[in-house]
Amino acid sequence: METDKLVEMLARQAGPVARGAVPRRYGAALAAGGAGALLLMAAFLGVRPDLAQAAREPMFWVKLALPLALLAVALLATARLARPGVRVGYAAEAVLVPVGAIWALAAVALHSAAPGERLALVLGDTWTVCPFNIAMLSVPAFAAAFWAMRGLAPTRPAVAGAFSGLLAGAVGAAAYCLHCPEMAPPFLGTWYLLGMAIPALAGAMAGPRLLRW
Amino acid sequence: MSGREAHLKALLLRGLSGEAAAYAAFLKELSAFLRAFLRGRLARVPDEVEDLVQETLLAVHNQRHTYDAAQPLTAWVHAIARYKMIDFLRRRAGREAMNDPLGDEDDLLATSDEEAREAKRDMAILLAKLPDRHRLPIQHVKIEGLSVAETAKLTGMSESAVKVGIHRGLKALAALIRE
Repeated sequence: METDKLVEMLARQAGPVARGAVPRRYGAALAAGGAGALLLMAAFLGVRPDLAQAAREPMFWVKLALPLALLAVALLATARLARPGVRVGYAAEAVLVPVGAIWALAAVALHSAAPGERLALVLGDTWTVCPFNIAMLSVPAFAAAFWAMRGLAPTRPAVAGAFSGLLAGAVGAAAYCLHCPEMAPPFLGTWYLLGMAIPALAGAMAGPRLLRW
Repeated sequence: MSGREAHLKALLLRGLSGEAAAYAAFLKELSAFLRAFLRGRLARVPDEVEDLVQETLLAVHNQRHTYDAAQPLTAWVHAIARYKMIDFLRRRAGREAMNDPLGDEDDLLATSDEEAREAKRDMAILLAKLPDRHRLPIQHVKIEGLSVAETAKLTGMSESAVKVGIHRGLKALAALIRE
């Protein structure tokens, strides 16, 4: 087929293109991934019984703010990575803001604790299950974020995959906040971040394979 | 340069809002720029330039929903052309190291090449390999110019299946090229 014929073919009855493909796809992906994470959390882990009590403590909201801030950063980065020719800019480095904030809180908490209590602040009671539970809860959002990205045009598939995974990890961690009893910043700065890093790493590895177009 | 950017962008935006003639003019003018751009960068494989022009045009069409009017058209097209060129070089790599400098996006609209050489790969042959649910809608609507309703009647498919078939079929065509 000659190129002119191809051009004719592509243009024939091409029709109008709906605007806002990126927000539409990510809106749907977040809704599905968020619902999936909440459902898995309720079915397999259960909402913490003292949730109403815990919600009165500022630390509960600080804890929830960590995944939500990373969610916002990941969303900004994926929306840029999804479009050819748009630079990611500081959206990637912005990951360091919530991470740095929780580490600063963790440093304060560790500094003011007695030396004998410091390890307990890091390990809490649930460090052996926390990262895996977060990774498990992020599975629906992982599938949804890759679905969204596959319908768009990332030119850097590994980076796009990593931020898709981080997006999913943040959704999973936010849902996990409703179950998890831990409140100490050193715990959050270690195991929550590790839990979100698992899908991010998986996304970076899957990106080049799944995000070609 | 900026005049070309503004001109092509206006054509694309009219095309995206449904003006088929403007969209055809956009693709036609773009193909000449792509040809010159790729010919300059693939001097060692001149026979494959037209294939890559066609592959890039198909990608531009399939991904046209990712263009944002606030964005310079040149940056968007350059990123697609560069992505397709790297993918192409990677596919034929292993045999020899190809490391032509990729150049700057400003070069993209600098020169134009209207003279199409023959493509080595025939899109028509690839189209024939698609399953019926993709091939028939593309054949009737995009090549023969029948309406979606007529094609639905002719093939027994629903109108939405015809539209989806065109959309997915052109993506499947891009995937066939990558194999």
